[in-house]
Amino acid sequence: MLSAKVTCNSHGQDSSYFLGWEEYEKNPYDDINNPNGIIQMGLAENQLSFDLLESWLQKNPEPLAFKKHNNQSTFKDLALFQDYHGLPAFKNALVRFMSEIRGNTVSFDPNNLVLTAGATSANETLMFCLADPGDAILIPTPYYPGFDRDLKWRTGAEIVPIHCSSSNGFKITKPALEDAYKQAEKQNLKVKGVLVTNPSNPLGTSLSLHELDLLVNFITTKNIHLISDEIYSGTVFSYPCFTSIMEVLKNRNLMNTEIAKRVHIVYSLSKDLGLPGFRIGAIYSNDERVVSAATKMSSFGLISSQTQYLLSEILSDHLFTKNYLSENRRRLRERHEKMVKSLQKSGIRCLQSNSGLFCWVDMRHLLSSETFEGEMELWSKIVYEVGLNISPGSSCHCSEPGWFRVCFANMSDATLDVAMQRVKSFVDSIVKKNIQSRHQQLLKRDSRRSKSLPKWVFELSFHQREVGDELKKDRALNPCGLEVAYASWLWKIIEYYHYYIFRSFRHHHNIGATIATTGVAVGNHAFQKWQENDQLALLLVQSSLNEEAIDEDLSLKTYRGAWKALEAAYNHNLI
Amino acid sequence: MAIKIVKAQPPVELSKIAVSETHGENSPYFAGWKAYDENPYHEKHNPHGVIQMGLAENQVSFDLLEEYLASNQEAASWGKKVSGFRENALFQDYHGLLTFRKAMASFMEQVRGGKAKFDPERVVLTAGATAANELLTFILANPGDALLVPTPYYPGFDRDLRWRTGVEIVPIHCESSNKFQITPEALESAYDHARSMNMKVRGVLITNPSNPLGATIQRKFLEQILDFVTRKNIHLVSDEIYSGSVFHSDEFVSIAEILESRNYQDSERCHIVYSLSKDLGLPGFRVGTVYSYNNQVVTTARRMSSFTLISSQTQFLLASMLSDKDFTEKYIKINRERLRKRYEMIVNGLKKAGIECLKGNAGLFCWMNLSPYLKEATREGELEIWKTIMEEVKLNISPGSSCRCSDAGWFRVCFANMSEETLEVALTRLYEFMDRWRRDRHVLSM
Repeated sequence: MLSAKVTCNSHGQDSSYFLGWEEYEKNPYDDINNPNGIIQMGLAENQLSFDLLESWLQKNPEPLAFKKHNNQSTFKDLALFQDYHGLPAFKNALVRFMSEIRGNTVSFDPNNLVLTAGATSANETLMFCLADPGDAILIPTPYYPGFDRDLKWRTGAEIVPIHCSSSNGFKITKPALEDAYKQAEKQNLKVKGVLVTNPSNPLGTSLSLHELDLLVNFITTKNIHLISDEIYSGTVFSYPCFTSIMEVLKNRNLMNTEIAKRVHIVYSLSKDLGLPGFRIGAIYSNDERVVSAATKMSSFGLISSQTQYLLSEILSDHLFTKNYLSENRRRLRERHEKMVKSLQKSGIRCLQSNSGLFCWVDMRHLLSSETFEGEMELWSKIVYEVGLNISPGSSCHCSEPGWFRVCFANMSDATLDVAMQRVKSFVDSIVKKNIQSRHQQLLKRDSRRSKSLPKWVFELSFHQREVGDELKKDRALNPCGLEVAYASWLWKIIEYYHYYIFRSFRHHHNIGATIATTGVAVGNHAFQKWQENDQLALLLVQSSLNEEAIDEDLSLKTYRGAWKALEAAYNHNLI
Repeated sequence: MAIKIVKAQPPVELSKIAVSETHGENSPYFAGWKAYDENPYHEKHNPHGVIQMGLAENQVSFDLLEEYLASNQEAASWGKKVSGFRENALFQDYHGLLTFRKAMASFMEQVRGGKAKFDPERVVLTAGATAANELLTFILANPGDALLVPTPYYPGFDRDLRWRTGVEIVPIHCESSNKFQITPEALESAYDHARSMNMKVRGVLITNPSNPLGATIQRKFLEQILDFVTRKNIHLVSDEIYSGSVFHSDEFVSIAEILESRNYQDSERCHIVYSLSKDLGLPGFRVGTVYSYNNQVVTTARRMSSFTLISSQTQFLLASMLSDKDFTEKYIKINRERLRKRYEMIVNGLKKAGIECLKGNAGLFCWMNLSPYLKEATREGELEIWKTIMEEVKLNISPGSSCRCSDAGWFRVCFANMSEETLEVALTRLYEFMDRWRRDRHVLSM
């Protein structure tokens, strides 16, 4: 009775991305009315800079009242304006804004801009223009879950993933591109293009020059399109600076060539300006055939002229946009730092990022098993027990389990604090459970052992090393010279880590988190591995402390740092 | 120094849809528009320019809207609530603003004089009726399937129903001999024709009141259409975009009324499309809706509406306006009267010029009959006279062929998108043209 589109699952609404959302809707956090509710951290909204827009609106009431600057009414003209070429004043203001975001390194022609009701509509419209049903588009993983619906549902197109891995910070590589292309060929799918999101959702990183070059070379060789969804371009808050694909084309002198005609940009004001409700999206293309077809298609999703007019006024205010962009970036940077630091205190790391409204969080160490089932299990706990709706990597088609996208810009500072506190408690409880279960294991092994412990010591074990000593207070000296009363069996564990960490640290302490090769920063894997272990040991120390000890500021960044602090704090407390 | 020869890159392919002509923009319907754009009439600056009579817009009641806005400024500035702006700016829920859905449902009831009830939970919002019609087609039919549409029909349907959906339109031929009414025979004939071309028929789409006829479908015919779709087990889409533009409220029967009278038996096959573009004269605001009696269609339509949501800013404004029952009642009444007056003016004016129209009772246009004046009763004959009217009389009107009319010589002439003075000018020009034409004919025949 109904079309195939109704019964197929390409709308993607059954994915966990949306299920978490549903759970949140049933039990949403409210600081007063529902403090135990679920905190929404799965929604990439920018709520940090509304006050700037509100103050502009207060100072400039005319556009809302459908008045022009000379106080003449523009209501009738706007009410009748349904030209799919869009309000010229708005298009002019929008291209100027897009240019400003890119530091004026490139300029855009308003005649090449097509307005659509949101980026959702822009992406779908581009697909209708570039791909036939059954054709494929290559997309690097992890990617925005909405693409499954936006690009495939009504268009009949297919997505073939370009697998990116944590081993190099999820960067796009040439082999990965080639593999994806081959994979599509194997499935008898004609590849029509590559779609990248730059800055990336969910990674929160902007594409490097190297990756951008790779992409241009790839589409040149394969004779296909490149769509660059730059919806987060205004949220780049720290180094490295944002480089738009247009800039790359310009720098490589490709601007008036066929190659440039294959490159299409998608933009929207939903993230940068925090106005998702107003449905303001755009397609920018250098190919007049695409502009022409997309313009006609935009009939199916035009932007309300009321909204076009309002935004044309806001974006034409250059003083406002300049201030907004810089202040918005600053606030995002602050929020980002706050969340990254808080997670670190819980022993959780994030992919180093410079943009977006979220972090790509590494929770692999919290998985019960290194599988997607393990990821779902963890996600389920986090949603239902911890009360945080975050997005599991699998919903973003990540090839490795254990990564989660956690949004930070859609809530107040206070709510973020609550969320981070919940994370800490959750991690502590896992650690405690692990200790207790290990303790049970050990007790079962030797029932002669006393069960009493000094009250400020938790049992802790992260590895399978045998412990044969009796539980008794014992004096011991750590390599720092601190006499601490630890049960000697516990000391042996700490000693193991201590030795390992110090040995590695001496070897690696001159090497930083990144290695610069040919001007491009890449992750130093050895350092990352060391850092992982260091953080685990730090967690061990932190978790072994009671409340008094925690009151001292021992939430330091490295294991060695923590020991030094303990030494300073307790040297006089030797038993 | 060796010169590197760079191999010229061929332009890369676009999709079939992108290069097809199914968007229909090369039809004469749009060609006339272009002529107008190049030489638009202006009473002071360009009194000999082309008068636009091909655009079905409602410009007769703006003053009422502006009056409302002047006395309800918070509607356009998110009310008195401090967080009004940010809440609204963040609102992208495809269920749509509840207050707006309720206001829409109640407005649709008012337009039908309370003769049918509408449930806000069945209202799905889209950016205009253009989007609503396409969306419904995606849901009801697969590529290659057919929708039956009575002729003459709105030229935009060729794009809206077919372009990206891949669905075909098979015409239900209606003839001037019986006032273009949709007969059971015509329905059956269209159905058989589709089947003979191996197309699966998914539904019938009617526009009621009709564009371009400017007339409501009588109850008897609606019942027959409903029986037909029930018999064939297919859908019925009723595009009721002109429902608020009926000159006499008792002359419009909505499919909703008929379904209610049948206790909603078997109503899951029925869907209504509505919009504020014609009744409220707000095409720029992109406000459309799909109203379906089928739960699965409602759910799917809602999800699909993600591609075509109405700006929350606009939803907020209109929620306020349409919830004001005093305003809407007054608006509907006055708007009707003004449209009726315009209609009478144009019909009388055309009569004076010796031109007959189909008896109409709704819409923003009349269906004019120039068939007695064609050199030959063919599409070419019609286009010839259309060209003459465009070039000599300087009026842009829509030829029936662009509406797939099976009888040659009919034209849709809009009357609500201009001032009364401009309409007078247009009628005078037509009168003078027809006068000249008759005298020339008389001379030739002497």
